[in-house]
Amino acid sequence: MAYLELNNVYKTYGQADHVTEVLSNINLSIEEGEFVAIVGFTGSGKTTLVNLINGLLEPTKGEVLFKGEPVFGTSHERGVIFQNYSLLPWLTVGQNIYMAVKEAFPKTSKLELNKLVAEYVEMVSLTPAINKRPKELSGGMRQRVAVARALAMKPEMIIMDEPLGALDALTRGNLQDEILNIWGKDKRTALLITNDVDEGIYMADRIIPLKPGPNATLGPEFKIDIERPRDKTEMNDNANFKETRNAIIEYLMDIGDERKSQAKEEFVLPDLSPKDFVNQFK
Amino acid sequence: MKQSITLGKVTKFMGLGFLSTLKDLFTGKLEKEDFINFLRKVAVPLASILLFIGLWHVGAMSLYNREANFKIEKALTDQGPAAAEAMRECIASGDISCQPNTLPSPGQVWDSYKSLLRDHNIISADKAAFIEKTATLNAKRIAEGKAPITYTGRPSFIDQIIMSLKTVFAGFLLALLIAIPIGILIGLSPTLKSAFNWFIQIFKPVSPVVWYLLVFMIVKTILIDSNGDSSFIISFISVGLCSMWATLVNTAMGVSSVDKDYINVAKVLKLGAFQKVFKVILPSSLPLIFTGLKITLSVAWMVLIAIELLAQSPGLGLFVWEEFQNGANDSNSKIIVAMFVIGIIGFLLDRIMLTIQNAVSFNKNEAI
Repeated sequence: MAYLELNNVYKTYGQADHVTEVLSNINLSIEEGEFVAIVGFTGSGKTTLVNLINGLLEPTKGEVLFKGEPVFGTSHERGVIFQNYSLLPWLTVGQNIYMAVKEAFPKTSKLELNKLVAEYVEMVSLTPAINKRPKELSGGMRQRVAVARALAMKPEMIIMDEPLGALDALTRGNLQDEILNIWGKDKRTALLITNDVDEGIYMADRIIPLKPGPNATLGPEFKIDIERPRDKTEMNDNANFKETRNAIIEYLMDIGDERKSQAKEEFVLPDLSPKDFVNQFK
Repeated sequence: MKQSITLGKVTKFMGLGFLSTLKDLFTGKLEKEDFINFLRKVAVPLASILLFIGLWHVGAMSLYNREANFKIEKALTDQGPAAAEAMRECIASGDISCQPNTLPSPGQVWDSYKSLLRDHNIISADKAAFIEKTATLNAKRIAEGKAPITYTGRPSFIDQIIMSLKTVFAGFLLALLIAIPIGILIGLSPTLKSAFNWFIQIFKPVSPVVWYLLVFMIVKTILIDSNGDSSFIISFISVGLCSMWATLVNTAMGVSSVDKDYINVAKVLKLGAFQKVFKVILPSSLPLIFTGLKITLSVAWMVLIAIELLAQSPGLGLFVWEEFQNGANDSNSKIIVAMFVIGIIGFLLDRIMLTIQNAVSFNKNEAI
């Protein structure tokens, strides 16, 4: 039995006449310790999919199973890193993480919890900024805080919703490595949602494209057989990498074209011509 | 995290940034840009104040002349030329008995201000003397278990300002204690919101006068056994009920419109209800709550005058009303003094609220 399983999951928003089907017939299974990336266009229902898995939303039809049990509500076993950091601006870096670990380990003493916070802040190398508020940090630093917050709760599975989407390319690369490092230490199960194919190939064991919504569904999966630790520069010359990358991009482009050709909406222009004022007054 | 606290930071925090420019001016550390800034922040307001006083003076003079001319005309038509001439002389001589009753000039207002201060000094000296005189007697009375003799003389202008401030703070506190908890509950629960909404919509626009009458009807009956003065209780409750609506509505709005991201965080971290309210929802709605409190305080100060006037509760409102009824030659200028005092205190209260808001909320607002 898979670690995380989605069976025939449908998600619709709205009621009666105004139903929009965002996700339809999603089937996904992730094994323990696996790093899976889901790649899709913006607006294809990626965040909805993430929220179904972390328990913020419930599927309209079908089931989401985590370790064989249906998912009801959120759980500390599944840590979430949000796209827009979602740090509480009135708390410092340390307080943001402390709040999370206090909920995750309610029986631990305050001293131990503070130690845990310090440890994870150190891990994302933000120790000098532990007493700063999110507003005083750069985007990359904020996302590192969010990473530390999610990991400090020691979740069994970590779900990342476009965690690096809002960052510049250089910070992005650094953070990818940091996340991989942390993941490599205890090989937690990880699910990464991204819109960047290269990022997916660099980080994941398996890439699954999400066909864009409405009625978004998962496409065929692509295995990434590149040994870890992976090196970005070397990977560019790796034949396997190029092949997979091209295959995924081609697949996504094809869906894009398909979607365009399906759009049959025609705009009829009104038949207008300038009035002949000159002759009218003769 | 240690930060040195400088004069500049403190004044900026309180929305009085120009004061630090003033300090630079005296210490000679002024750049050209600072100087222009200083002109804009200090010299321009000063100039406009002078202009205002000048216009006021000119306007008051012309009103005075119109009133005086009318008096002389009237004496002429009613009593003949001799009476008109007597009236003209009487007005010119500055005799109190025949001064035209109109808008006082800035000079007269300033004189009244000084006379009110003098009056305060006399009364407080009188009060001190009385306390001294009755000290031994009162000690004896207390020892015998009797109530001490208290000073029952006329309150001075300053005493009335203090009374008014007490009423406003009591009312503000009442508003805060009612409006914030109810606002939070309404914001959290759509059911409570629809239960309370009609109530808010109907009572929000009710005028201070009607609130006063309503409170009067209720408090009078409740306190039917006590023979003490209930006017203070009635007036502070009315002030509180009049002014609490801004806080109530703002709190409810702030609580119900917390950023969805923060709510998601609270869900993912599985915060308990208590933690969720105090760690996430309240901090995030603090700016709106404080905007509400600021409006509440200024409304409280505004309606106070009308309510004190109706409740006959000692304070600035009653002072204004009594001066108006009094009709002495300097009554008008005393009313204007009260008007300025009311305005300046209102401004200071607003500043105090802004300072508290900056101290407690996470997004530092600029002075508005």
